[in-house]
Amino acid sequence: MVRLALQTSDWIRVDPWESEQAQWTETVKVLRHHHSELLRYLPQEEGRGQGRAVSPAPAAVPELKLLCGADILKTFQTPNLWKDEHIQEIVEKFGLVCVGRAGHDLKGYISDSPILQRCQHNILLVREPVQNDISSTYIRRALGHGQSVKYLLPDTVIAYIKDHNLYSTGSSCKGNSAQNSEGEAS
Amino acid sequence: MKSRIPVVLLACGSFNPITNMHLRLFEVARDHLHQTGTYQVIGGIISPVSDNYKKKDLAAAHHRVAMVRLALQTSDWIRVDPWESEQAQWTETVKVLRHHHSELLRYLPQEEGRGQGRAVSPAPAAVPELKLLCGADILKTFQTPNLWKDEHIQEIVEKFGLVCVGRAGHDLKGYISDSPILQRCQHNILLVREPVQNDISSTYIRRALGHGQSVKYLLPDTVIAYIKDHNLYSTGSSCKGNSAQNSEGEAS
Repeated sequence: MVRLALQTSDWIRVDPWESEQAQWTETVKVLRHHHSELLRYLPQEEGRGQGRAVSPAPAAVPELKLLCGADILKTFQTPNLWKDEHIQEIVEKFGLVCVGRAGHDLKGYISDSPILQRCQHNILLVREPVQNDISSTYIRRALGHGQSVKYLLPDTVIAYIKDHNLYSTGSSCKGNSAQNSEGEAS
Repeated sequence: MKSRIPVVLLACGSFNPITNMHLRLFEVARDHLHQTGTYQVIGGIISPVSDNYKKKDLAAAHHRVAMVRLALQTSDWIRVDPWESEQAQWTETVKVLRHHHSELLRYLPQEEGRGQGRAVSPAPAAVPELKLLCGADILKTFQTPNLWKDEHIQEIVEKFGLVCVGRAGHDLKGYISDSPILQRCQHNILLVREPVQNDISSTYIRRALGHGQSVKYLLPDTVIAYIKDHNLYSTGSSCKGNSAQNSEGEAS
């Protein structure tokens, strides 16, 4: 579905490496993997970026940054969810790009955490001007209820979902499911 | 089985440009109407306003119509109608409703070539109702003095009906109770709660385009391509630092 959604993007791609791992892979390990892949394939890739100037070799090693929503930044505070040394490596060695809305106190999350505060310079806060609350949870629920999700996700993804009969079973306890939890990352 | 009332939804506005939010209004409204068990939505019409509306930054009507047409290529039930955009003068909403309603009456038998694959019934059992589809902000404007003629509001809600899609933040019921006309015709005003907060405004889109920022995934790719090909909305505000980009309350 991600691959379909990215058909019209000329710069974003899906990487199935993490999805193919036998065990759940901690975020920092995913970052380490893709960073070493970046180092391995420093020369430009063939066939990408049609029409753009192809430079023989990049001037510098690309930095790999973790892109996340404000809700993820908030989860750094959850006890025992992240290992301290992982948070440290993520923000020190790689860096965070955190996109949030006015409602989230992004700076507050940082000042609440000593680790984050130390590496503030490596945390880029991006204000998202358009309030855009399309959550996967909502999408799954709507699909389960036979409601339209058109214009919330690409048509190709909607078609795939229908063709493969995904998300067609609504929650049996529609009123009881904890689907209103706003803190859930999608 | 009780037969449902056929309904056509009409949305008026600048559509400058059309966004995924506009399109979403139709989908959400249709689902809601079907869930009431009373209605069967048989079509949707987007009616862009004419150039005489003289709103700031309004792209030419033929462009706005073309963009809506592109956006609707993947819809099997909503269409764009350029009638209003082609009028020499600005046309009051009630007149747009009257026009499309008489067109509906004229063409009651099914249209050829539409709805491939769907069962074609010889003639609908009832005359379709034409309802004005709008966001909560429009309902709120009914309160603005001298913006709407009282008799027009009355005709819109009594003769046609409103389908008003709003979010939790808007006090839809409050707007109705604040207006005697609306309150009298409450039964003909359908309030639809939009679960997904979706603030994509055309104003924001134009501003982003003027600043060279991406609007991908906020409106259909075909519309973005059209905007680029025709160099629409390319002039941003000259005071980039001062532009009121943080204003969250702007309606599209």
